[in-house]
Amino acid sequence: MTANALPHAARRGDKRPTRGNGIRSGEGRYGWLFTAPAIIIIGVFLVLPIFLALWVSVSDWSGLGSPINSQVGFVGAKNYQSVLTAGGLAEQTFGTSIRNNLWFVVFVVPLQTAIALFLAVQVNRRLLRARGFFRTAFYFPSVTSAVAITGIFIFLFASSGAVNQIIAALGGTGPTWFADSRGIFHIVASWFGVGNNPPALSGTALLELSWWDWLSGPSVAMCVIIILVVFTTSGTFMLLFLAALQNIGGEIEEAALVDGAGPFRKFFGVTLPMLKPILFTVLTLGLIGTWQIFDQIYILGGGKPANTTLTPAFLAYQTSFKSLNWGDGAAISFILFAIIVVLTALQRIILRDRSNKERLDKPLARLLRDDSIRSNGGAQ
Amino acid sequence: MNTKGWVALVAAAGLVASLTGCSSSSSGSGGTDTSKYTPMTLMIGSSGDAETQAVQAAASSWAKANKTKVTVTAASDLTQQLGQGFSGGNPPDLFYMSWDQFQTYASKKYLDPYAGQQANASAFYPALKSAFSYGGKFYCEPKDFSTLGLIINTDKWAAAGLTDADIPKDWAGLESAAKKLTTGDTVGLSFGPEYARMGVFMNQAGGSLLSKDGKKVTADSAANVAGLEEVKKLATEGVLKFPSALDSGWSGEALGKGKAAMVIEGPWISGLKTDYPNLKYTVAELPAGKEKSTFTFSNCWGIPAQSKTSAEAQSLVKSLTSDAQQLKFSAAFGVIPSTETAAKEYATKYPGNAAFVKGNDYAVSPVAFAGAATVITDFNSQLEGIATADPKTILASLQKNLQAALDATK
Repeated sequence: MTANALPHAARRGDKRPTRGNGIRSGEGRYGWLFTAPAIIIIGVFLVLPIFLALWVSVSDWSGLGSPINSQVGFVGAKNYQSVLTAGGLAEQTFGTSIRNNLWFVVFVVPLQTAIALFLAVQVNRRLLRARGFFRTAFYFPSVTSAVAITGIFIFLFASSGAVNQIIAALGGTGPTWFADSRGIFHIVASWFGVGNNPPALSGTALLELSWWDWLSGPSVAMCVIIILVVFTTSGTFMLLFLAALQNIGGEIEEAALVDGAGPFRKFFGVTLPMLKPILFTVLTLGLIGTWQIFDQIYILGGGKPANTTLTPAFLAYQTSFKSLNWGDGAAISFILFAIIVVLTALQRIILRDRSNKERLDKPLARLLRDDSIRSNGGAQ
Repeated sequence: MNTKGWVALVAAAGLVASLTGCSSSSSGSGGTDTSKYTPMTLMIGSSGDAETQAVQAAASSWAKANKTKVTVTAASDLTQQLGQGFSGGNPPDLFYMSWDQFQTYASKKYLDPYAGQQANASAFYPALKSAFSYGGKFYCEPKDFSTLGLIINTDKWAAAGLTDADIPKDWAGLESAAKKLTTGDTVGLSFGPEYARMGVFMNQAGGSLLSKDGKKVTADSAANVAGLEEVKKLATEGVLKFPSALDSGWSGEALGKGKAAMVIEGPWISGLKTDYPNLKYTVAELPAGKEKSTFTFSNCWGIPAQSKTSAEAQSLVKSLTSDAQQLKFSAAFGVIPSTETAAKEYATKYPGNAAFVKGNDYAVSPVAFAGAATVITDFNSQLEGIATADPKTILASLQKNLQAALDATK
């Protein structure tokens, strides 16, 4: 009853311009008052710094004193140009960082999504014993600090570490993981006798990097970080998938079983389409997270070896705080921001195109059709 | 407003007040009423506990005499923390200013050019004074200096059947000694894959990154290529490995662990005695290529521009650069004093480090003009892959980038 009464009262309040009367008067003022602390905090610590960084990215601030003083001048898009089109070292380093991160994303996002989904389906099975234990175990890396896990990986993948000991026990020789700057596709190419920088690919492609450099794939060192990140984040996303899986009623699965769908058909035809909203969430979160990778890079030595683990997020930090090129650093941050926004939008469009009507209803329609055929057959 | 309203208002105001209260640090809590000096912060990039403690002791004895307080911070990443301090308008009152960043800092007007007016300005080695001068002004007093030498693990040396006569004088000698020293779990030679080590080989081959007048970059010269080719040769032969391949942070650690028999490092190697008390080593001059060459590195005591505590910082620097104090630092962590008189005393006092002092006769400073640091960082990242890369390509890209950086300073 009150639920109905409240909007009515509010509507009445709107119509009457008189103030000070009634129980709901001055609500707006209190609203602002109570949200003020949050708004002030977000404004001071989030919104203002963003605008300040935007200003720094188009200024010649030297890093001395406040960026807003009379000695700091507006330089337009100069910082963006030096990173994107000037053809110098800054552009080349930025290109390298984009190359590295692109391969990182290409490997991490599908892998972590697939593994998370696989784990979620496994721990969701009713037949599995000790489900609680497995859920906790798979989720554990996600709640452990990235610093601690990276530390452990440093020991595991040291040149005489556990991983290489195992490889040695199996009769192989492991690489010096963190010191190996060769791209994995370059290594594969060398097996087929393709030398370093073949003339067909040595032309400059984009951002001062040759096609050969762009096609290097992640370096051996970057592969360790890929494994590390997949290991830590699949647990988080497993939890999201698990929540979604538990929302799918048992009766739907039963219906699919009754209609004769095998386990593969059931998964790809029924379960996966129903997980689509959460799949979008996971892919988006994964995409944003992987483009922002910083902690692991910082701990592993900031782009070593040979800049093959350098990422734009780390480069922005390095350019600002170490090389003191604050303008360039801020520009890199905003370019990275643009990349993330564009990719997320793109992904949204791709996933929306094959809209619910087609994909989700197809299996349902098929089931309905099969159903009607069967019932017709039964009647005859 | 009713009572509830007032309570809410007070609570909200209290919340805001307490939040802003958190952000402002408590100031003025020091009990230094009797001193004319305000308390100071001193930030150092320490090579280890020995250095930190020595600086702490020196700073607190000055502070005691002047009835004030000096807080010594050993930065985990000095360059980054200084950058943060300056951009936040809150740099330390006194700090280690490294040779490779000095020109950049000076060109950006970060530094107070106090050194020219100091009483002991003429006591320092001229080469060090010029390393810390920008635009003809002597900016900051050199703290000390170090040169590179060849550090040899004497136990491994004897085990390989080598004698004093085998101590390498040239590249061929270095190569054959490294080969003999390389065993299953020990590599003959190790040093960091960076310009500050490999540049020595380039100079020994007769090369340099800048022309004599400093106006042109000569990175892609045949001599520089020859220097890097020598390093590549050692690496491909497997007698040279970089510290990261030996599970070490730097080559000194590899030496201490017994994973490397020879390393190229400076006098700071004496800091290893705390972690590896059983390590026995001897220091030799670097073997010559076409000519003898080594690098000299130095830090200076930087004071930020427009610092309110400049007077007390200068007084502290005066005590820190005195001959007596510098020799105390030498005793603690091996560095060579920056004043000529103290360096002479050092050479007689520490005959084991005589090779480092001797190296100063022909040592050169690594290239460090404003803006060069970024290019050198990129050069270093390429040198990490030297075992498989082409030295010519690396030096060609260095030539291009360094020339661009040099042009930008004009």
